[in-house]
Amino acid sequence: MPRELTQNRIQKIWVPTKDDKPAAPRRAAGAPHFANPPTVIVMVGLPARGKTYMSKKLTRYLNWIGMPTKVFNVGEYRREAVKNYSSYDFFKSDNECAVKIRQQCALAALRDVKSYLKDEGGQVAVFDATNTTRERRDMILQFGSENAFKIFFIESVCDDPSVIASNIMEVKVSCPDYRDCNKTDAMLDFQRRIECYKTSYQPLDPDQDLSFIKVIDVGRRFLVNRIQDHIQSKIVYYLMNIHVQPRTIYLCRHGESTDNLVGRLGGDAGLSPRGKQFSAALARFVEEQQLKDLKVWTSQLCRSIQTAEHLGVPYEQWKALNEIDAGICEEMTYDEVKEKFPEELALRDEDKYYYRYPAGESYQDLVQRVEPVIMDLERQENVLVICHQAVMRCLLAYFLDKSADEMPYLKCPLHTVLKLTPVAYGCKVESIYLNVEAANTHRDRPEEVKRGPGTLIRRNSVTPLTSPESNIKKPRIDELDEPPIQELHPSVASLALCSPSHLPLALAGQNLRRRSSSRHDLLQPCQ
Amino acid sequence: MNGAAVTQDGTEPQGGARRTLRFQRPHASVPQFTNSPTMIVMVGLPARGKTYISKKLTRYLNWIGVTTKVFNVGQYRRDATRSYNSFEFFRADNSEAMKIRKACAIAALKDVCNYFTLELGQVVVFDATNTTTERRDVILSFAKENGYKVFFVESICDDPEIIAENIKQVKLSSPDYIDCDKEEAVADFLKRIECYKLNYVPLDDNKDRNLSYIKIFNVGSRYLVNRVQDHIQSRIVYYLMNIHVTPRSIYLSRHGESELNLVGRIGGDSGLSPRGAKFASALGTYMRGQCISDLKVWTSHMKRTIQTAEALGVPYEQWKALNEIDAGVCEDMTYEEIQENYPEEFALRDQDKYRYRYPKGESYEDLVQRLEPVIMELERQENVLVICHQAVMRCLLAYFLDKTAHELPYLKCPLHTVLKLTPVAYGCKVESVFLNIEAVNTHRDKPVNVDVDREPAEALETVPDHI
Repeated sequence: MPRELTQNRIQKIWVPTKDDKPAAPRRAAGAPHFANPPTVIVMVGLPARGKTYMSKKLTRYLNWIGMPTKVFNVGEYRREAVKNYSSYDFFKSDNECAVKIRQQCALAALRDVKSYLKDEGGQVAVFDATNTTRERRDMILQFGSENAFKIFFIESVCDDPSVIASNIMEVKVSCPDYRDCNKTDAMLDFQRRIECYKTSYQPLDPDQDLSFIKVIDVGRRFLVNRIQDHIQSKIVYYLMNIHVQPRTIYLCRHGESTDNLVGRLGGDAGLSPRGKQFSAALARFVEEQQLKDLKVWTSQLCRSIQTAEHLGVPYEQWKALNEIDAGICEEMTYDEVKEKFPEELALRDEDKYYYRYPAGESYQDLVQRVEPVIMDLERQENVLVICHQAVMRCLLAYFLDKSADEMPYLKCPLHTVLKLTPVAYGCKVESIYLNVEAANTHRDRPEEVKRGPGTLIRRNSVTPLTSPESNIKKPRIDELDEPPIQELHPSVASLALCSPSHLPLALAGQNLRRRSSSRHDLLQPCQ
Repeated sequence: MNGAAVTQDGTEPQGGARRTLRFQRPHASVPQFTNSPTMIVMVGLPARGKTYISKKLTRYLNWIGVTTKVFNVGQYRRDATRSYNSFEFFRADNSEAMKIRKACAIAALKDVCNYFTLELGQVVVFDATNTTTERRDVILSFAKENGYKVFFVESICDDPEIIAENIKQVKLSSPDYIDCDKEEAVADFLKRIECYKLNYVPLDDNKDRNLSYIKIFNVGSRYLVNRVQDHIQSRIVYYLMNIHVTPRSIYLSRHGESELNLVGRIGGDSGLSPRGAKFASALGTYMRGQCISDLKVWTSHMKRTIQTAEALGVPYEQWKALNEIDAGVCEDMTYEEIQENYPEEFALRDQDKYRYRYPKGESYEDLVQRLEPVIMELERQENVLVICHQAVMRCLLAYFLDKTAHELPYLKCPLHTVLKLTPVAYGCKVESVFLNIEAVNTHRDKPVNVDVDREPAEALETVPDHI
């Protein structure tokens, strides 16, 4: 006898009623997840080849599509272990002390990878380090095999000196290692640092049976070997679509609509008079930006297209950019919803990301729907996207690395353009209000929200997170007074005292000071 | 927004194959996969899968709405020469034959030009060995003159087993070997390959670094991708990297008969009828009989498909993308009610069922776009059973069986019938298995009269019976 089904109240997903042990693992997502064994993505490449850039960007993308992912940057572990960086000498291959420390850092990072993937619900870990020797990579493969993790290498190869110099200027000279240096000295030291790695660099060899992608010359060419599964295939596709050309993405909503004026959800209304004013203002704004080759994208809803029409330039309509489908609540005001479906409204407030309107969509569904738009945005250069509140929140969450929890409450007011410019490892955002009054359609997270037990924590489910904070805030260094000797291999602590003369390692008791880093900076050049 | 004005204006950027150019709204957007016509040029020795890739890629591109056509130079050669004698034709020193072969390539290029300019095609797949730099330069010049983009797809394979298998699958049955016995044919074909090998110059990492191409090694274990220029090339690369040739079967089926099916209502989210439940059970028996290890089962998010899967007693995965077409304002209605409440919409749908979008709902064209990730994942997978819905199943079937947008909405996908698809040679074998449990018919043929001012009886003449 087939089991009875009930529809879970928030996501409207049909599941067998006796929920203790469903035969099918319950998938919280709109689409199945395919990365069953956890995956470790291993970056490979000389310094300043864009490894950290790719690590962070990829992590941001994977988290956004619902795959919990975290970067483990070994350089940060090194900065933790060695309080003050003095010079490139640290990286000389004959600097035995340093070599040991670096090895220990890698091992510590791998321990954390294991913990993330096994105990913390992680699906993908990005191991961001040079990993330029076969020996180091074999150690990682061994680690993967012991723990039943899949290993996928991403190697960045680039010999163009102008690209390298530009990378160094963009993210290295302002890095904590060089905080007391002037730019020229920093540049010089870093280049010497690269030389230290070059002599022992063994690029990935296609004849080994490894799964990898070699990114050559910033994406001009790719060598892809033995993709094992869905997630590796998506990672490869993503890496092949991103680029580093400077460009700007403008996100805005349609002008105020007649429905907005009365607080109606959804529907397909046209612009109000103020909405039309905004559209004209938008046209002027776009002209002032003086961009060559601006693409304009709209949804297929009237208000978004009408807004674009005022610009007098060609535009493309994407059904995928349509506003979230409010199902049975379409075209109702919030008050009407409250009256007719008070329970639905309460459920929505409880878990706005996962909540699906009956016969409608959830933010989670939106992310899936909008993903091809993101992929195409990555390929493009200057683009203006004229969309809707929920959709804009999704897109913004992708660019600004916001979690599922934050996404439905991001502020995207009418008549305001968000100008996004990629910079260093992140995205600069400028908010430009075009000075035409409009209704406020933002509903804050209600104060007393009754959070159902474990609605955000589901076994087998995937809760998109922001790219989690850097490892510097790991629990193991909670107590500033606690000697680090317990955590690090004893030999490392003793190494702290056997420093070569020019290497001012801090004393063991002091060096693991927690570094406070502001997570709210939009500009995060170096972690 | 009124369904007709939106759907038929050909403005969707992803999949707006301009198969009908009427209703083009002024100032509306244009599909932007690429701004120039693109030539995909195959490269490789015989029996390396070039034609297989050409046909499959073409099928995929057409399905997502990019008008594509294969030009197979071998076919031109067969038309130009009376009959095939032996591999001697392909010897590098056979100057007569060389002239003919070159002329065939030129003729094919001319037709490519016509396809782009007169038939408004967007992509051409130029299927030939193209193994010399000289031949490729001819193509590059031709493309440059005409403003076409060129993307090379080179297939490199040294595994003798794979080559032998290819020869067996598609060469022995080729018109060239129609009167030959198997062993002779194989021997001749191998000699033919040797003729090409002498002059084969693969795409060169250095000399050809400014060309756009993908090199496929050993049926996909490795790829080298160079200078992808635009969106369509990126999609092509992604597709090529996801397909495989491991034998497997795909089973397509609808959910068991639902309560709403019984009363002739469309859409909704009802449960199975008693007969539907019986079907679910029969489906379980049938699938077990297929003895497949590692079968994946996929359903939509709708109750009726999930209930069907539940009866199988194996894990299944739910895809929202497999949900039935959204009938918008017509959800839960019978066709009679649609005729009564929206007679014009009903007629417009009959006029262009593929592009027609229900008010506040979807069109088949939207469905295809929605289903594309499902198809991509199906390509990656091996044995899969997809339990879905009528319109969705028609879209998937159209992809596998290379049906046009015109045919797609009228493909027959009756309840309680499993379609077993097995890739074979250049296409797909399809076995239809009715599991012997009666169900209502939900298939509505196109009526004779599709005018908006037709009589209700004319509109309803093809509606299947229901309670």
